[in-house]
Amino acid sequence: MTPNSLNRRFRRRRWLISSALFIVCHSVCPAIVEPFETELIQTPAKRIDELIHKKLDDKGIQAANHCSDAVFLRRAFIDVTGTLPPAKASIAFQRMKADNKRSRVINQLLESDSYVDYWTLKWSDLLRIKAEFPINLWPNGVQAYHRWIKEAVSSDLPYDQFVRELLTSSGSNFRVPPVNFYRAIEGQKPETIAAAVALTFMGTRFESMTKKQRADMAHIFSRVAYKSTDEWKEEIVYLDPTQYSPMEITFPDGKSKKIAAGEDPRQAFADWLVQPDNPWFTKSIVNRVWFWLMGRGLIHEPDDIRGDNPCVNPALMSYLQKQFVKSGYDIKGLFRLILNSRAYQQSAIPQSDHPEAEALFAHYNVRRLDAEVLIDALGWFGGSGELYQSPVPEPFTFVPEYKRTITLSDGTITSQFLEKFGRPGRDSGTELERNNEISVDQTMYLLNSSEVQKKIRNSPLMKAAIRDSKGNNRVLIRSLYLILLSRNPTPEEMKSSFNYYTKMLPKTANNQRQKRNLWNKRQQASEDLAWSLINSKEFLHRH
Amino acid sequence: MLLNTSKTRFNRREFIKLGMMGGLGMQLGSSSFAQSLTPSARKPIARSVIEIWMWGGPSHIDTFDPKPEAGREIIGPYTDTVETNISGIRLNASMPKLAKLADRYSIIRSLTHGIRAHETATYMMQTGRAPGDGEVYPCVGAVVSKFLGHEANYKGIIPPYVVLTRSHGRFSEEGFLGPKFKPFATGGNPSASRFVVEGIVAEGIDDNRQVQRRELKNQLDQFGQHIQANPAFQKLDQCEEKAYDMILGEARDIFNLSLEPEELRQRYGMNHFGQSCLQARRLVEEGVPYITVNYNGWDTHKTHFTTMNQKMPEFDNAVSALLQDLSDRGLLENTIVWCSGEFGRTPRIQWEEPWNGGRGHFGACFSGFVAGGGFKGGQVIGKSNENGEEVVERPVYPQDLIGSIYELTGIDPEGTIRNGSGQQIPLTLPSDKGRLYEIM
Repeated sequence: MTPNSLNRRFRRRRWLISSALFIVCHSVCPAIVEPFETELIQTPAKRIDELIHKKLDDKGIQAANHCSDAVFLRRAFIDVTGTLPPAKASIAFQRMKADNKRSRVINQLLESDSYVDYWTLKWSDLLRIKAEFPINLWPNGVQAYHRWIKEAVSSDLPYDQFVRELLTSSGSNFRVPPVNFYRAIEGQKPETIAAAVALTFMGTRFESMTKKQRADMAHIFSRVAYKSTDEWKEEIVYLDPTQYSPMEITFPDGKSKKIAAGEDPRQAFADWLVQPDNPWFTKSIVNRVWFWLMGRGLIHEPDDIRGDNPCVNPALMSYLQKQFVKSGYDIKGLFRLILNSRAYQQSAIPQSDHPEAEALFAHYNVRRLDAEVLIDALGWFGGSGELYQSPVPEPFTFVPEYKRTITLSDGTITSQFLEKFGRPGRDSGTELERNNEISVDQTMYLLNSSEVQKKIRNSPLMKAAIRDSKGNNRVLIRSLYLILLSRNPTPEEMKSSFNYYTKMLPKTANNQRQKRNLWNKRQQASEDLAWSLINSKEFLHRH
Repeated sequence: MLLNTSKTRFNRREFIKLGMMGGLGMQLGSSSFAQSLTPSARKPIARSVIEIWMWGGPSHIDTFDPKPEAGREIIGPYTDTVETNISGIRLNASMPKLAKLADRYSIIRSLTHGIRAHETATYMMQTGRAPGDGEVYPCVGAVVSKFLGHEANYKGIIPPYVVLTRSHGRFSEEGFLGPKFKPFATGGNPSASRFVVEGIVAEGIDDNRQVQRRELKNQLDQFGQHIQANPAFQKLDQCEEKAYDMILGEARDIFNLSLEPEELRQRYGMNHFGQSCLQARRLVEEGVPYITVNYNGWDTHKTHFTTMNQKMPEFDNAVSALLQDLSDRGLLENTIVWCSGEFGRTPRIQWEEPWNGGRGHFGACFSGFVAGGGFKGGQVIGKSNENGEEVVERPVYPQDLIGSIYELTGIDPEGTIRNGSGQQIPLTLPSDKGRLYEIM
């Protein structure tokens, strides 16, 4: 099929749908902003969308348009896998005609290796996986724990079982990796354990619980004990046998339970926690997943659930909780549910300046790329790995070039880039530890650092684009746009870029020397274009 | 004693301050004078601080606390010392130039914290705190740059806390103060023909091309134009504006060491450390409140003496040139220079394989020096025993040194600072008059 006939078909179909849309909308729909938005609705409205729109209608907030295919693909790649789409994938997706192409891509991404890497990273942040200071898992413990989490993500271990194993395991930090949950807690006292459990699995900050709740929870974990072995840095987490007497424990909801002698109070706590009607458990995880994908919790901050921090859409929250329980605590299913909603596939360009528009999800929430995602994107374009360092001699910081930053296991291994761009220190396990706020030294780094310049100059992707364009600057410009922004340039962008090349390139190239000069200048103009695209807001943000 | 030789000069500011102390007149001999000042009553003297950080832990015995009588097991080949221009103070013979300037600095021979691990010792020396109470404390540089930079009247275009050239990660950083107080690490090599400063001076891109590509970028960034009201995007624009003030503005010249006379550059030494010290002085002239010069290579487990023979002339040249230069320009009176590592090194030499004459980590007793910014020179504080293995007089703990620096920069060491969750945390541990009042 020629591009022209494709175009015609496309236009015809768009006309049909937009006229249908007009009838549905009653009022005039906001103008579409190319190339970021589309009138073509490929995603049927879901229960999520009804619930969101009900809220928006109540407040008289106009929802954003639908995002274009190009924007959707980039967004889904970054949100689900922490990875930019390769240019090939962008082209293939543009050409794909299936009505359900978005949900097909979602399914593919959810089954990819990068999904496993990226969400293992997320859990490693929240579970505070690092070798040293202030959390001291030590390198071997880190490896065992990280591998266990990766396996859990990869095998879609149901969330209730995942949490149960973390809470109730006993044994060696090397042989029973989930016991490291109890080691990755600063202080390792009943109170700090209880605080970590509340934060991680109940989405609740310890200080916002009542004094009695705190004391009751600490009591549940008062028998957790630690001892070392003859093996270097091995540590056993166990229940203190000198305290094998009956006890009574009280859960945060006020219910009590008698624990017989020799019984594990942590087991009783886990039983209580993972019940479908537990007031914290499903709410907390559903809210987290919503926050991860939508950029804001239904309760915000997502790990600050408390009575006086209201949920902006309780009906939606309870719907998601029910679906999650029905799916058998399937995290990936929850991802799929949200990713396939129109709410997720909205444009980032707001149509309302209502102060609550963002909090009620009237548009997609733009966020700066995570530190790890950004350095991986730059490394992928530049064909080079990151140089890591560690403030302590162990862990070793030799990481093979091909390993991506999202696969790093140990929070003690870091780099100047990661520190500069706000990668979480894994000290507290709060979501707030990740700092995606832009700063002057970040912009200086992006605009003018030797590392970014070097990556652009040596980029194998750019070199291949120059070679394959065979001297055609328009082809070259289009390639760079597809590589870096996952879309074609608009006519105006093409014009500005083309003029830049024309201005920089010599008019004639007859002899060998002039030809070399022409090649150099084309390289230089391409560096400047790539630099401009990398420094654009569109590149630096999920949008 | 406050003043002990005719060579010690009053700086003008102190003279004025003393004069203003009403009836006090010229009662200078009284050491109770300094102690009678409450911290909050002390006016800031220092405007800038230069920290020379000997990363890895230099041997105290082979530098500022020589033990010429201690025998081969302790001092190896270093039997020679040098008399300084203050009678009674001797240094290892490898520092002839610093020996001539002993009136400008005071040596502390009784630093102690007892920690032998790099990371914990560094953390203690940088924050004055032991790890493990649930807080990650900010280091002295972050605190000084907070009070003298962002929250004071500092209007400079260079960030208020600069590290030459590489930071040592978490331990020289902001702790609970947050990323705003992270130091700016220059990267690059100041002794190269062009000092490439991360983000400010890019290799191979001239101003013309900087301007052109910036225009191109602004033309192309269409997505941003559709969401102009987004606060994150507005913040990005502001940050870019500031970045360009540095890239195309005067910040470039501040880092252009070729503007310095060749003779002076040579005096500092044409090496990474020497030129870093020179750059530090240029930053002091710009009013940057805190500058760390990170000088690594002192972790001499093996063939210690070979390394020391190589490094000490470099150290002696650069530090003496820095003190002399600051003092020639009248900057020393308002600039603290302090120098230490995270610990010293084991007095007993490990002659056996695989160390072949090495020294291990040693936190029980080590040395450093302070100069300028209200610190008197020509003094020795504290004393170690005959082998340098323990402090026998006037121990100085990390919080004493850091608290003294705070006091001279006008920061109340007994004040509080807000941590990440909003609680007010004491700035330093109680010091029991351990601060260096005898030389302040």
